[in-house]
Amino acid sequence: MVKLYENLIVQTVSRLLIPAMQIFGLYVIAHGHGSPGGGFQGGCILGASYILMLAAYDIAELKRHMSETLNTILCCTGVLIYAGIGLLCVILGGNFLDYSVLYKILPVDPVKARYMGMLGVEIGVGIAVMSVMISIFLNIASAGEHEGAAR
Amino acid sequence: MKFIAIFAVLITGFLLAYATIDMPDWGDPNSPPSTHVSPRYIEKVIIETATPNMVTAVLADYRGYDTLGETVVIFTAGIVCILLLRRSPDG
Repeated sequence: MVKLYENLIVQTVSRLLIPAMQIFGLYVIAHGHGSPGGGFQGGCILGASYILMLAAYDIAELKRHMSETLNTILCCTGVLIYAGIGLLCVILGGNFLDYSVLYKILPVDPVKARYMGMLGVEIGVGIAVMSVMISIFLNIASAGEHEGAAR
Repeated sequence: MKFIAIFAVLITGFLLAYATIDMPDWGDPNSPPSTHVSPRYIEKVIIETATPNMVTAVLADYRGYDTLGETVVIFTAGIVCILLLRRSPDG
């Protein structure tokens, strides 16, 4: 177990930076259709904001915001959103991941439905990538013990 | 033995370097990858998907099945990390 070495400058800057990083991560996911970005990139930024929290504070502080159970559930939810949208397309009568049939349940035309289907898929990817980044860093940094500060 | 290994590496390197002469020029519009599906994506992506970012449209729509596989790979990495490294407090 590693003791937390408190540093006022690092902790203050992290407290200011983490909300900005999370807003930017959500922007990158949501605006992936119009500018460079998407689920993988935005998910990495969101994961990096939690890793910064882990580096500046200790693991207890991270777990206060993102518990281990919630993180693992989110990890599975992201993949399930992706595969679920694909299966929804099959149920609505199209091919697997053929988003144009989503116009039957969304108030848009088939072309715009593909846009919306892509947005849903990117959100799923973003959630999965974010929680996987946190999980990998947390388990490797604390050697699976989940206590103390990150090494 | 060491001489044979160096000889094999040099021969393979020479053959690979020789094979690059047959590659099409950088950005050649008549090369096979540029004449197959790329023009169709460039021409139809706005009409078919209403998405200005062509990369996202190819990644998440035309090649959606591939991206599902990538997501499952990342998911597997995270789950395996938990399964291999996580230890309960009582050992």
